[in-house]
Amino acid sequence: MDQQTNDLIKNEIDTNEVCLFMKGTPDAPQCGFSMAVSNILKILEVNFKGVNVLENQELRQGIKEFSDWPTIPQLYIKNEFVGGCDIIKEMFESGELTKLFENKNISFKKKE
Amino acid sequence: MAMDLKEIESLIKEALPDASVEIQDLAGDGNHYSATVTSSKFSGISKIEQHKIVYNSLKGKMGNELHALAIKTKEN
Repeated sequence: MDQQTNDLIKNEIDTNEVCLFMKGTPDAPQCGFSMAVSNILKILEVNFKGVNVLENQELRQGIKEFSDWPTIPQLYIKNEFVGGCDIIKEMFESGELTKLFENKNISFKKKE
Repeated sequence: MAMDLKEIESLIKEALPDASVEIQDLAGDGNHYSATVTSSKFSGISKIEQHKIVYNSLKGKMGNELHALAIKTKEN
């Protein structure tokens, strides 16, 4: 990975508390797995930045090296890699995800 | 390029000899699988580490020959 891509990734996860590297955009996901994670964040009304890796081939490869994780999507919360689609879905279903948002002081919609 | 179900299973078992591995071909196209892997090696480590062990067992095939593998890990 070149320095520019490394800096780009660092900058995205530094400036966005909740940052999702995904295929497509939150409004128009290009892959079912990316859509699943994006939808979970939308359901929880979490403010997040979706970074479309399909717009940048260097980024698409680079993020895999950066996280040492072979697939996309990838979710970062406050600079920490939390997981891909399977882990986020599991955490959402078990309630761990909202617990994590609480612990990290990220606002989300609580169940009425 | 597709990958055979048996090949996925044997790669995971090579890395985790004690594991029980259940694989399903979700779409019947040899490209979209789910794997449920249960192993004692998963105890005391994070989900991310658990999934990385499974990904690493596939020796770089994940994301290349293997388009989609939904992973579920369990400790026993």
